[in-house]
Amino acid sequence: MSLNPSIPSGPLEAKWTKYCSEIKLVSPANKRKFEIIVVGTGLAGASASAALAELGYNVKTFCIQDSPRRAHSIAAQGGINAAKNYQGDGDSIWRLFYDTIKGGDFRAREANVYRLAELSVKIIDHCVAQGVPFAREYGGLLANRSFGGALVSRTFYARGQTGQQLLLGAYSAMLRQVKAGRVSLFPRREVLDIVLVKGQARGIVARNLVTGELESYAAHAVVLATGGYGNIYFLSTNGMNSNVSASFRAYKRGAFFGNPCFVQIHPTCIPVSGHYQSKLTLMSESLRNDGRVWVPKDPKDKRRPEDIPESDRDYFLERLYPSYGNLVPRDVASRATKAICDQGRGVGPTGYAVYLDLSDAIKRDGKEVIEKKYGNLFEMYERITGVSPYVSPMMIYPAVHYVMGGLWVDYNLMTTIKGLFSLGEANFSDHGANRLGASALMQGLADGYFIIPYTIGGYLASDSFPPVSPSQGEFEDSKKEVSEFIRRLLSVKGRRTVTDFHRSLGSIMWEYAGMERSDEGLRKAKGMVEELREEYWQNLLLTGGEREFNQNLSKALRVADYLEFAGLIIEDALTRRESCGCHFNVAYQTPEHEPLRDDQNCAYVAAWEYGGKERPPILHKEPLVFENVTPGIRSYK
Amino acid sequence: MNGTINLTLKVWRQPGPGQKGKFEIYQAKDINIHMSFLEMLDVVNEELILSGKDPIAFDHDCREGICGMCGAVVNGKAHGPKKGTTLCQLHMRHFRDGDTIVIEPFRSKAFPIIRDLVVDRSAFDEIIIAGGYISVNTGSAPDANSIPVPPQNAELAMDAAACIGCGACVAQCPNGSAMLFVASKVSHLALLPQGRPEAAKRVLSMTGRMKELGFGNCGNERECEAVCPKQISISHIARLNREFLKAGLFSRET
Repeated sequence: MSLNPSIPSGPLEAKWTKYCSEIKLVSPANKRKFEIIVVGTGLAGASASAALAELGYNVKTFCIQDSPRRAHSIAAQGGINAAKNYQGDGDSIWRLFYDTIKGGDFRAREANVYRLAELSVKIIDHCVAQGVPFAREYGGLLANRSFGGALVSRTFYARGQTGQQLLLGAYSAMLRQVKAGRVSLFPRREVLDIVLVKGQARGIVARNLVTGELESYAAHAVVLATGGYGNIYFLSTNGMNSNVSASFRAYKRGAFFGNPCFVQIHPTCIPVSGHYQSKLTLMSESLRNDGRVWVPKDPKDKRRPEDIPESDRDYFLERLYPSYGNLVPRDVASRATKAICDQGRGVGPTGYAVYLDLSDAIKRDGKEVIEKKYGNLFEMYERITGVSPYVSPMMIYPAVHYVMGGLWVDYNLMTTIKGLFSLGEANFSDHGANRLGASALMQGLADGYFIIPYTIGGYLASDSFPPVSPSQGEFEDSKKEVSEFIRRLLSVKGRRTVTDFHRSLGSIMWEYAGMERSDEGLRKAKGMVEELREEYWQNLLLTGGEREFNQNLSKALRVADYLEFAGLIIEDALTRRESCGCHFNVAYQTPEHEPLRDDQNCAYVAAWEYGGKERPPILHKEPLVFENVTPGIRSYK
Repeated sequence: MNGTINLTLKVWRQPGPGQKGKFEIYQAKDINIHMSFLEMLDVVNEELILSGKDPIAFDHDCREGICGMCGAVVNGKAHGPKKGTTLCQLHMRHFRDGDTIVIEPFRSKAFPIIRDLVVDRSAFDEIIIAGGYISVNTGSAPDANSIPVPPQNAELAMDAAACIGCGACVAQCPNGSAMLFVASKVSHLALLPQGRPEAAKRVLSMTGRMKELGFGNCGNERECEAVCPKQISISHIARLNREFLKAGLFSRET
């Protein structure tokens, strides 16, 4: 199978415009004849559903939650980047492009990233027109703030609830199309297979989470916007229901998986407090605009943080990275935090935390100003920990937050399966080996509102589509397979709960495939995951049946996929013989412990092909060609 | 501040829609006070599963208080005793050792029970479908800064837009009214210049749909405001009423 990224020719700045003007179009009358399935209703899925329906396509939209408004994009706090240069601080499309590709440690495609930067400005226009209540200055114009990895202020925000407001905008736009009769909603459905007919993706099999029935749906194309797989680590900032299953089933049907080992660990999350912990909560990166990260100079200093004088504090990010200081990218901040704690210099009951302190900003700007900017984050922190950040600095520690890896897609956002597209966090495309803050919202909406409506038309206009019915053989076969899988799980009748298995898997992944990796550790993890997977199929304890509302079973299906998918993350991490961005292999580091890239041999996208049952996956490499930027040492010093 | 507490839970168990339900009693032992309420339920569920019983079904996702998926009536209060807090953000330090906690689903004619504490809130989506948006197609918007919005209006709009659609307002209202939910959307969009062209049509179609779906009317009980995890003020209901009157008096929309 050849791996063609289908990047349009011509100069970088003109590629997308040229592509749009040359792409085949579907006539308005014909759009009505096409059915498109969209899976997921986060920013990417909801915006895609809305935009496709506005063009006249018939869209069927699926989500796991009870309402499409609850997808986990809703939890994004800090903001969305756009190269508007409203602050006149020297921003431009080029600069956003460059920051993003550098932030990703030169492991993303130039053409995709440039297009993202180009579309960013239209996103803000559209969202404002939808009524997204972005923060504004006294004169009524839009306000901005800064995020990590950038020296300009280009982040638009709605308090600490930017994801919520953008998602409600996309959700409302989609629901407007429900009223127009062009979107049908299917909530509480979990997609468990992608159905291929004659090599094209022509439908899905989904489990109705209320009745437990398996349902088949046919279409002319399928769009997966199913988010990321960070929950494989058990503890992450992801929603509890976020999972890899739809993407993983697509992989098993022939869609290549891109860079699965690229997992973002966010530096500022509320630390783990006990064994019962079910998930972790992020404290927005925007806090690093005004917050300073520190630990006591003397690890034995047991004074309350507010009693420790300036001279006895080590502001280690400012010390290590004087030019970006507290605003270094996430991977850099996370590793620095881990290193400090590993040296025994961490704070809090476990020693695995550092302070994020806004007291200087409160002194400088007054409590009122800080409250306006971060009030809801401070409240959230206090609700969870019982400590007020106005009085005492927050304690934070890194946690799994986002995955840059995902289904491999070409410039059209199409996977290696014809007619199967992937958007947002579910694809691998724009963030390379590390995503900059406030860029996930930008990518989700660029993919959904502005890219897929064009590219899917190009596909539908240039292929032929024999009629397909959801009761035909391919659908029935897939249903049978899924049903068999479910019954096998239910028949195990062991003694260990799903959550217990999931927790064990998470701790293996966190320990050996987390912030710092080594060949030895990864190989060890591979064996441990294998053993755990074997035990899973012999010792899993489930209650209830197949044909009912059974959350325990839903979870067991997801964990079964995670146990298999973990192997792919580990394999990818072992194969990449360098450190880059979030992927830090101790064998490849500079004397200052920064990741050491190997552009000679490793400037590639890893695209993994499913090798078949119990057979190793096959690695394909898409070479990354840099014609417009020179991959340099990624320095934030 | 560390420690554990022991609790008695009285939980509504109902196997399916329209089926008979009843309270079951469970002991929640050695509950760490730093757990969230849902983590406490996780612990109880693990024990239920290990003893071969069906775990308590409850909806949840983000566990950060923003997705609006979780919610139950705890000791008679939607989302429990702590003001401005969703169930997932309610921590066990707010309970005392030996407490009995009664846990019920959000009850409303418009929210049929699916199982145990899980209810069907798709009626909220239906209300938004009726008109909870600004009709703008993708790609046709003017520059974002072309219309300045007074920051105080943007802030008020944001206060209203903070609604997470959890349904606590409906569950707590003696009339089962969805007025705070509807008002938060009407108010959010009515406060912004972009939302004005459709303001009259929006308020009429959304309130109309609310009635059709079996929600009651507002009786100024203010229970909704008291339990709203986002502390959305009933002043937004007042704004809805003004919009409604204006629409009736001056609009040609019906």
